[in-house]
Amino acid sequence: MPRTPPIAPVRNSPAGGSRRFLLIAGVLAGLVILGTGAFLALALRDTPRGVAGMALASAIGGPFQLVDQNGKTVTDADLKGKWSLIYFGYTHCPDACPTALNDISIALSELGPKRDAVRPVFITVDPERDKPESLKAYVTSFDAPILALTGTAEQIAQAAKGYRVYYAKHPEAGGDYSMDHSSVIYVMDPEGRFTASFTHESAPEQISERLKKLIG
Amino acid sequence: MSIKILAFGAGLVIASAALGQPTQLDVDNAWAGATPGKAENGAAYVTITSPTADRLVSASTPVAKKAELHTMSMQGMVMKMRPVSGVDIPAGQPVSLKPGGEHIMLMGLNQPLREGQSFPLTLDFEKAGPRTVTVTVEKAGAKGPGPAATQH
Repeated sequence: MPRTPPIAPVRNSPAGGSRRFLLIAGVLAGLVILGTGAFLALALRDTPRGVAGMALASAIGGPFQLVDQNGKTVTDADLKGKWSLIYFGYTHCPDACPTALNDISIALSELGPKRDAVRPVFITVDPERDKPESLKAYVTSFDAPILALTGTAEQIAQAAKGYRVYYAKHPEAGGDYSMDHSSVIYVMDPEGRFTASFTHESAPEQISERLKKLIG
Repeated sequence: MSIKILAFGAGLVIASAALGQPTQLDVDNAWAGATPGKAENGAAYVTITSPTADRLVSASTPVAKKAELHTMSMQGMVMKMRPVSGVDIPAGQPVSLKPGGEHIMLMGLNQPLREGQSFPLTLDFEKAGPRTVTVTVEKAGAKGPGPAATQH
């Protein structure tokens, strides 16, 4: 039995039908191109960071429901209205995490009156050991007022997924463990949109300078 | 012994002191970051200089259940911390343990480390044997030793 050619309907239709099909296809293609152009023009005008920035803005962040150091439920909606500096870490981390939180504290102290427009957020990747009370004692050791968040393993996984944060438990001798984790400070604007990020290589002065420009 | 030889010997001692070459293994700038809240783990850092090649193989301190040699590395944006079996000390080259690299991980602290405190830390070297130093506690998240730790 001969195989039905995939373009059989077009080939079998009258010549007029084929032209009409081409015409409709052409108009549709034109609309798509025009639409894309208009979208790009708008996107470029509204965000100097361009299309790549737009794509990133929607790729990082997202909904979460966690609990803070006082046992209060906090969602992504609660972070709106202020700039957020979001860092994922854990309290048993002796090096990268205190360094990041201290850098944030120093950066904020250099913001002057704009300091109140920024909320540092520490989200644990180790909910098994980091409960609200231990987080509370941990973050009050830093100068900046830090919102510390924990939750169930699933809630943390959802938050980390939204922020593209990798974390994994690394077992050590004696039943102890450390956490491998992405070490990035995310800047989210008061609407909850990803705006910038800092790494372990960013000095506190660089962070504060950038924040001053962003806050305006 | 002639005066010339004595003078030559004295000259050598002065020259080696001027070049900062220790005649034996030297551990300096011992410091640790304060531990926030009730954090059970801390990290201590030192600078080691040895005239001959040596290897730091273990550490101990009365302030923690155990002290391990660890290294922290960034793979892309991911921070990883792993135990290491030792830290090589090349002859005449100072080796600094510092944040973002190798450190002495203090696990299961008996008390939190508070800024301004100090505690003893014993380092064991393959050849030079044990050395006990006083570690000064700096601010949590500090990136280096303060004036107290660098005093001699």
